[in-house]
Amino acid sequence: MTCTEFLQKLDEMLDPAIAGPLRAELQQHLHCCEHCEITLNTTRKTIEIYRKHELYELPDDLRERLHQAILAKCRACGK
Amino acid sequence: MSSSIQSQGTAEVHPDVLLVEQARRGDMDAFEKLVRQYERQVFRIAQHIVQNREDAEDVVQDAFLKAYEKLDQFQGNSKFYTWLVRIAVNEALMRLRKRRTGRMVSIDEDVETEEGSMPRDLADWGPDPEALYGQSEMAEILRKTIQGLPPGFRVVFVLRDVEGLSTEETAESLGLSIPAVKSRLLRARLQLRERLARYFRKGSRGKAQDGVK
Repeated sequence: MTCTEFLQKLDEMLDPAIAGPLRAELQQHLHCCEHCEITLNTTRKTIEIYRKHELYELPDDLRERLHQAILAKCRACGK
Repeated sequence: MSSSIQSQGTAEVHPDVLLVEQARRGDMDAFEKLVRQYERQVFRIAQHIVQNREDAEDVVQDAFLKAYEKLDQFQGNSKFYTWLVRIAVNEALMRLRKRRTGRMVSIDEDVETEEGSMPRDLADWGPDPEALYGQSEMAEILRKTIQGLPPGFRVVFVLRDVEGLSTEETAESLGLSIPAVKSRLLRARLQLRERLARYFRKGSRGKAQDGVK
């Protein structure tokens, strides 16, 4: 397996549900390619960090204001 | 045991389907439950696309209003949330277009770039890169980094990796094919990791802190 082929399957490697021969083949490539191992680990970390940090939280007061505005618009549309 | 027998062969109905049915018949409380359930997610997605709070607020209102007006068109072969996200993404892109006064904005914009299609930065990161920065500094780094992606990559990453939609749901929400979602997701992930590397790679602390400002 080449590095390009490994990258094409990076999504499968990041998905713990993927097992069997494909995972074994990917693992085998990792054993002999430090660059792909670093790419995999840092990509996984990238996703984890973005998932963990709430960048655009909706504050409670704004949420309430938005909520009421949405319902008022829907009621007013006469549907 | 009897309940498991009763449930055999019965297709599981998503609770939203019932709420949509009730809302269609004019039950505003049912629609309000749907709003309550998804307003945070829609707001986050909108703000990731339009990148400012005022526009994101407008997008959230318009998306829910449009969903309410079009409830009869919801077929039920996809999840209500996926259908709602599709409406919200379209509203957000329209808002971006307005802001850029007529310049076309679509999820196909700038996706032909070759940037980030192969990893260039091959240095490993420190064991705990997040410990290098305070909470607000980290948020600033992450915002700045993701805002640098073309909208067509950004939205795929946000739906798939931040909001946790499946590849199929992401494709449906964006009107893209599954291979297109997979290809954009790979490029988005690689570009983000490449850009974050300057903050997180081993020994990058001093340089990176300068970079945030």
